[in-house]
This record gives sequence, structure tokens and C-alpha cells, in this order.
Amino acid sequence: MEFDKECDARNLNCPLPILRCKKSLGEVEAGQTLKIIATDPGSVKDFQAFCKQTGHELLQLDQVDSEFTFYIKKRADA
Amino acid sequence: MTKNSPKKLALIASKGTLDWAYPPFILASTAAALDYEVQIFFTFYGLTLLKKDLSEMKVSPLGNPAMPMPVPMPNLVQMIPGMESMATMMMKQKIASKGVASIEDLRSACIESGVKLIACQMTVDLFDFKKTDFIDEIEFGGAATFFEFAGESDVNLFI
Repeated sequence: MEFDKECDARNLNCPLPILRCKKSLGEVEAGQTLKIIATDPGSVKDFQAFCKQTGHELLQLDQVDSEFTFYIKKRADA
Repeated sequence: MTKNSPKKLALIASKGTLDWAYPPFILASTAAALDYEVQIFFTFYGLTLLKKDLSEMKVSPLGNPAMPMPVPMPNLVQMIPGMESMATMMMKQKIASKGVASIEDLRSACIESGVKLIACQMTVDLFDFKKTDFIDEIEFGGAATFFEFAGESDVNLFI
């Protein structure tokens, strides 16, 4: 999947993946896609909740072994 | 997701041990990431969390039977001088090895994301703390200051 920026949140625990994601979203334009890689199993539910509450769109979630990759599209009016 | 008026979170942080330093800073930084407007009111031992030097913050297994220990440890043993420092050292090692943020990092994240930190003036006076003991990014206020924000908040928590 194509993305505009990548954020490595591996080996970080709650709430750091979300904080890193928020920071990285500030560095992309509205409508662009951020790729985040995390290893915290709790991040799956957390990123879903983050997107639901902030209006950014979780385009895709992949899991390979214990690594989770999220593709989040920044809200158009953000 | 209200664009015009963000949700608000008001926290009271009243505890000053290493373990209890986490909940207010985790919740505040996360809420800020969720576009909440956040204020934390630090009172009594919670003021420790605003000190420039956080290295003296400790965690004690004494009187804390739920704290996981590598070997069962009776209270009498936990009273031995140095046990608290040892427990604190072990906790800090565990924190680092599990990728959990340090309190310093979470506090910085809060400040960067605009979380307002308010120190209880009364407790500062009570304990004879100096303003220079604290980080610069704080304000001083009282109960009425807290309610000015808390009264309009969506979530209020006492920690």
C-alpha cells in the first residue's frame, strides 16, 4: 500500500505508539497516508479508537508475526 | 470529534510515587493526542511530578501487597534501609525493558501538546517548596482555578 510517511513505533508501549502517530500526522498534509509499525498488541484496539475519535481514517491493518502495520489517512479538514 | 469546541479532560494528580506518576501523564498525553483540551491540577504529593529533578521519585513495595515481586517479601524485610531504592531501581529497569515511556518523556509530551499544568499554591506553601524547584511550564492556582476548567470538562478524574 502506498504511503507518504512512515512512523516506527516498534518496541514502544502504551501510550507511545499513539503519541508518535499523532506527531507524525502533524507532519503530513490532509488526505495523505501515514504508515505506522508497532509491536504493542494493545495498539490494535488503540489505533482503532484513535481513528474513531479523531476522524482520521484507518485504511488498512496488517499483522505479520508480532508486528502490526497501520495505514492511516489524515482527515481532509485537519 | 467536534471541531469547534474540543472535549475537555480535567485531572487531579495527588500522588507522588513513581508508579502513580504514570496514570495522569499517560491519560493527559493521550487525551491531548485525541484533540482534548487538558488540565492537570497537582496537589499534595502530586506536586513531586512537577519537580525539575524527578530522579528522587520512588516506588515502595511496603504496604503495597499487589506489587509483583521476584520473591515473596514480608513487610518486615521491606522495612530494611535500601529496600525502597532497590525496588525503584528494579521498577525502572522493567519500565525501560518493556518499552514503557519514562515519566520525563511523558511529561514532555504533555507540555509539547499543550496540556496545562497547575500547581496547587496552598500545598506549595504548606510544604515550603520553592518555585525554583519546579519546571517553568506550570502555573500556580487554587481550587477555584481547578473548577473554572473542571466545571466545563467532559471527563474529570481524581488520581
